[in-house]
Amino acid sequence: MARITFREAISQALREEMYRDERVFLMGEEIGTWGGTYAVTRGFLDEFGEKRVRDTPIAEGVIAGAAAGAAIAGLRPVAEIMTINFAFLAMDQIVNHAAKLHYMFNGQMRCPLVIRTVGGGGRQLGATHSQTPDVVFAHFPGLKVVAPGTPADAKGLLKTAIRDDDPVFFIEHATLYQARGEVPDDEDFLVPIGVSDVKREGKDVTIVSYSKMLQVALDAAGKLAEEGIDAEVIDLRTLRPLDTRPIIESVRKTNRMVVAEEGWRAYGVGAEIASRVTELAFDYLDAPVRRVAQAEVPLPYNRRLEQMALPQVADIIHAVKDVLYIK
Amino acid sequence: MTKELSKPELLDLYRQMVLIRRFEEKSAELYSEGKIGGFLHLYIGEEAIAVGACKALQPGDHLLTAYRDHGWAIARGLEVRRVMAELLGKATGVSGGKGGSMHLASAEHHYWGGHAIVGGHLPLATGVGLAIRYREEPDAVLCVLGEGTTNIGYFHESVNLAAVWKLPVVFLVENNQYGMGTEVGRASAVSAIFQKGCAYDIANRQLNGQDVLEMHEAMGEALDYARQNGPVLLEALTYRYSGHSMGDPERYRTKAEIEEWRTRDPIFQLCDKLIAQDIATQVELDQIHHAVEADLSGIVQFAEESPEPEDAALCEHVFVNPIPHR
Amino acid sequence: MAELISMPKLGFDMAEGLLQEWLKKAGDAVAQGETLAVIETDKASVELPAFRSGILLKILVEAGTSVPIGAPIAVIGSAGETVDVAALGLPETAPAAAGPAVRETTPTGLAPEQAAEAVAVEEGRLFASPIAARMAAELGIDLRQVTGSGPGGRIIKRDIEAHLKEREKAPAKAAPAPTMPSPSFEPGMEGYTAQPLSPMRHTIGRRMVESKQQAPHFYITMDVDMAAAMELRAQLNAILPEEGKVSVNDMVIKASAIALRQFPKINASFAGNEIRLQNPINVGIAVARETGLLTVVVRACDLKTPVQIAHDARELIGRAREGRMKPDDMVGGTFTISNLGMFDVEDFCAIINPPQAAILAVGAVKRVPLVDADGALAVGTRMKMTISADHRVTDGAEAARFLQAVKAALEQPMRLML
Repeated sequence: MARITFREAISQALREEMYRDERVFLMGEEIGTWGGTYAVTRGFLDEFGEKRVRDTPIAEGVIAGAAAGAAIAGLRPVAEIMTINFAFLAMDQIVNHAAKLHYMFNGQMRCPLVIRTVGGGGRQLGATHSQTPDVVFAHFPGLKVVAPGTPADAKGLLKTAIRDDDPVFFIEHATLYQARGEVPDDEDFLVPIGVSDVKREGKDVTIVSYSKMLQVALDAAGKLAEEGIDAEVIDLRTLRPLDTRPIIESVRKTNRMVVAEEGWRAYGVGAEIASRVTELAFDYLDAPVRRVAQAEVPLPYNRRLEQMALPQVADIIHAVKDVLYIK
Repeated sequence: MTKELSKPELLDLYRQMVLIRRFEEKSAELYSEGKIGGFLHLYIGEEAIAVGACKALQPGDHLLTAYRDHGWAIARGLEVRRVMAELLGKATGVSGGKGGSMHLASAEHHYWGGHAIVGGHLPLATGVGLAIRYREEPDAVLCVLGEGTTNIGYFHESVNLAAVWKLPVVFLVENNQYGMGTEVGRASAVSAIFQKGCAYDIANRQLNGQDVLEMHEAMGEALDYARQNGPVLLEALTYRYSGHSMGDPERYRTKAEIEEWRTRDPIFQLCDKLIAQDIATQVELDQIHHAVEADLSGIVQFAEESPEPEDAALCEHVFVNPIPHR
Repeated sequence: MAELISMPKLGFDMAEGLLQEWLKKAGDAVAQGETLAVIETDKASVELPAFRSGILLKILVEAGTSVPIGAPIAVIGSAGETVDVAALGLPETAPAAAGPAVRETTPTGLAPEQAAEAVAVEEGRLFASPIAARMAAELGIDLRQVTGSGPGGRIIKRDIEAHLKEREKAPAKAAPAPTMPSPSFEPGMEGYTAQPLSPMRHTIGRRMVESKQQAPHFYITMDVDMAAAMELRAQLNAILPEEGKVSVNDMVIKASAIALRQFPKINASFAGNEIRLQNPINVGIAVARETGLLTVVVRACDLKTPVQIAHDARELIGRAREGRMKPDDMVGGTFTISNLGMFDVEDFCAIINPPQAAILAVGAVKRVPLVDADGALAVGTRMKMTISADHRVTDGAEAARFLQAVKAALEQPMRLML
């Protein structure tokens, strides 16, 4: 066991898998000489060389597309899209190609591609650099979408993703890199894709979250505990395929749920989970499901306005009290 | 060349470059103090391009740039104190505090932003060119981009379409040698960027981006050409002394390289030229420096004293005609 | 000029109606008096006539929808007219808002998704969360007995828990029961078939509970010599056509109407701090249907002959049995008669229909042995009638005198023809 940062966890996962399988290589903007814009691949160019750590031009479409092509041809690329905001430039290659090749050709091709990218706001980077459009990618069958919220999950899930024969879209959060957590040393420590995790047990309310908002939800749970409200916090970890089993079990116990996400409310993660709970645990609900999410605006540069738009601990607490009918 | 511009005009070019230089240095200070947030991409060393080019633009011409845009905003004529206010996120900022450093704009000046997605504004520039042709207007579009941008899909699609439809767009590549940390030769199959114009059979030229007068002359020519015939690809060779943005550890280049480029500093070059040709004295130029300092104080003061945006600004301008969710 | 058609109030305690079926569609021409739709109340299905001729321009409420009384259900106007929603005072479909509705009272990132929907409490409708409904069903708790503390009176889990606590507290307060062996059979252990309450059953129950709880009932039975009345009836029916014959009940109605003229306090209603002596004498007849009991009203009985009463009663009962009642059929009753004579019932006590002051329960006409004036055994034709009266409005002596007047009218049946 070691207490390391989210950034270190991702670095370790990449390094270990590159040693384990020589078909694994990295490509992306500024990952080599610069060392990665979030310093995840610092030192990798020296350690592995240019063949396996490839700086690319600014060309997201071909970064994702060439990586997919290399995957079809038998390699196991880990491509980096510098931020998820730029992934839209690669949308066609990701969702029309990587996600569908195995299906369209009746299983003749596999695309064991991992695309790592970074999302989230809160650093005054303006509307086009601060989005959390995770659901857009989770919408497509054929693409696995993973978004860890802790260092251990980050390492375990990235290793699993690299070993997975399906294309995986791996979403990191810009403000989680410094977060610390216990991570097993075992080189074969894997976290399965498609399994949600109860991060905090409780009996009064179910809070579902993931990625950066998981931390916000746990903070909220801590504050709620001081008021005698015992919240159960469930970490999705994977958006597609979605694992609702622990959520349903939890709602059967608590009879009420709040979903907290950083993306926009409309058509968001909460919309999907609330629907599933309505389908599978209707008779256990004591209140409508509440969603805590970003205000329906592009994120502004001004610091105060940006914080107003982003979901905060207070919003989760407010929503929890709402489903508990506490004034 | 210097005979085409009058002394007051030349001194004004000098003043603008000095103002931009000082504005950028001041912004870096304010960023370190935490008063400016997010990303800050400084134009230090590249001033001659924006100043020379904007001198050639007509009031009706259109401008679109990438995110290294403070120099362009100032050279185009936006109120400098409102540009500073935008960096500080104030309500008086050119984008109401909601855009920030990367999203300066002014409809009045036909400056359609300040864009953060690499290459994202190229199709837009082509579109503005289309509108001009459609309405048979005499205007032109100046689209400014970095050399790394010439490797993204949008570049090919936008330049190609402008060429096929003969749109009045000047694509000006500011080649400062590095994408964030990737030297141009490692990213681009063709490092002499202007040559990429051949792929589209359009007029193309490489320029000395450190020479404000060359920039002015070349841009005037290019704009006129574009108005009549269609797109032009210009490449201005230049260099940025600062990192890609604040916080860049700059491991990808050497101090020696930076120093070497400083010997060709655009401001010094103009200074030397004006003095050598007896157009101005050192005293006059020093006066300009002092005046700029004085102006800068007022600019910073205005920005710092300006109010924050109202809460209601958060939800404004999502739609022109808002319709509530039901 | 386009006008709104609203859900009519078809009963004094009707809060909402179900639009069962539209008999016209948008664009159809409608004549005044023609039936537009069938409305289902918790008592019966009632036809809704058009109050003016015109074109049914727009239907606002689909068949199968319940709306409160007064809610607009359609628009009627002239051919080619466009429906001006605003001018008609119909609610705008979009709530007026200045900008994108993002936040109202909460600080950040939270939109009032529930605030936008006002949960309307409609009389008679219960709102309960799914878990509360389930718990209530499992624990045998009647949701109507539970007060909801959620928005709009929604019954939520903690309300059921609180109710349960109260229920468990009650036996604890009583003196400790003597030890008894517990029964080996629990109620319901041998199984049962659940039959959900229909809205009609629900309403009948509610009203009868209300009546019994609030009106202090007292009962007086009187025996009536029906010989003369039966003779008169036979004579009348000999000359009346088949579909116009007079029944015993018709004569009882007329007799009651005459008596009510003499005793206006019986033709009255209790209204809190006053007694309302009703002007008309509208006698309700209880009609049994498979779905429950309802009362149809024969108006102005004191002004009608038994033949006219017979005619009206036959029409009303006929409509009631077919479920095709008109709006006026069930409203405005000032007194009720319930006749179980056809079931051989000798006498019985009925429950007053609130807010009326009394109800008359009539038994069968029977051939019975009796002792005549000379003390000899004889055979008579007798009928028992029992009045249930509200002691807040009247007392025994008055009720008895009323009954005597009814009896007198029946025993001297020529009075019925006056």
